[in-house]
Amino acid sequence: MKKPHELSRRSAVARILADRRDTLVVTGLGSPTYDCAAAGDHPLNFYLWGAMGSAVTVGLGLALAQPKRRVLVLTGDGEMLMGLGALATVAVKRPHNFALVVIDNEHYGETGMQRSHTAAGVDLAGIALACGFRWAATVKQAGELEEVMPILHTAEGPIVVVLKVSSDRDPLVLPPWDGALLKSRFRQGLLEVPLG
Amino acid sequence: MTRRAPEGDGAEQSAVTAADAQHWPNLVFQKLREFDVRHVTYVPDAGQTRLIELCHASREMEPTVLTTEEEGIGILAGAWLGGERGVLLMQSSGVGNCINVLSLAKVCSFPLLMIISMRGEWGEANPWQVPMGQIAAENLRLAGVIVYEVTEPAAAAPAVEAAARIAFNGGLMVAVLLSQRMLGAKLFKD
Repeated sequence: MKKPHELSRRSAVARILADRRDTLVVTGLGSPTYDCAAAGDHPLNFYLWGAMGSAVTVGLGLALAQPKRRVLVLTGDGEMLMGLGALATVAVKRPHNFALVVIDNEHYGETGMQRSHTAAGVDLAGIALACGFRWAATVKQAGELEEVMPILHTAEGPIVVVLKVSSDRDPLVLPPWDGALLKSRFRQGLLEVPLG
Repeated sequence: MTRRAPEGDGAEQSAVTAADAQHWPNLVFQKLREFDVRHVTYVPDAGQTRLIELCHASREMEPTVLTTEEEGIGILAGAWLGGERGVLLMQSSGVGNCINVLSLAKVCSFPLLMIISMRGEWGEANPWQVPMGQIAAENLRLAGVIVYEVTEPAAAAPAVEAAARIAFNGGLMVAVLLSQRMLGAKLFKD
């Protein structure tokens, strides 16, 4: 029997976002969106509540349009598995400002905790590297997370950190889900001329 | 067997149509430039080869090849968040791949300009293309996309201009469908 992962997703995400400075954040649907909201709502967080498989591509478009800003995509293993091809597309575009964190609890947390492919050994960091990401790491302990933190926030992208986290459920913390509001406040927060 | 069928009946009109048939990709490209389209995301299609070449040759364009069409919807949403515009090019077989991700553009009112070359629509030789081709336009409309169907080369650039204005001014999803009547059907012959 495999030993369960101990890392707390909430504390890991809070730790990562504590160092965000002016980073633009995109989150994948489900728990990553709640984890990010639990760390504190922010106008430069763009939360996905659907369109499963799209977190990485939204982050890619943003990174290409804003090459001077760091872009951090936080998503889950299930969401990532639905859009694996996007890892290849990102790797080919090689955005230097793109970082990805996959919060991997090896389960589909929104739908009854069914096991995902990562529970059976599918290696998301390995896939990203094989696609051509510049750097990838799989992190299982809080101490390891501290070690990769500077890389995550400053190293040349595209890079990925897969966080192997506990599958324990955390309390729901829900950010706004009005998509037009999330879009407009993000643009207002980022752009000098947000309209048009 | 269906072949490229000029719509005009007089010799002069046919000549004009033939010239436009060569030139429509340049005119569409020009419209994209006029609307400050920068991100050109695409899954290749033979019908848009020339347009894709023009986009790659442009310093102002940022072309991104996709592994599947719905990636383009995400990329263009992200680009818009970052203050830039784009277009998604695909063939009609990609419409089905996009359906769920269209909810991203719909819910958030992201502008989404799509140029879609048709397969399985008019004189298609490959029967496997027909089921998706026949329901592509209806599926797009069901998903809330405004659809302009173009059957003549001369109508392509004006349709793209109209679509771009509606999409970018209104935060709406608009698809320009390029018919096999103007592109011709792939006949699987050397």
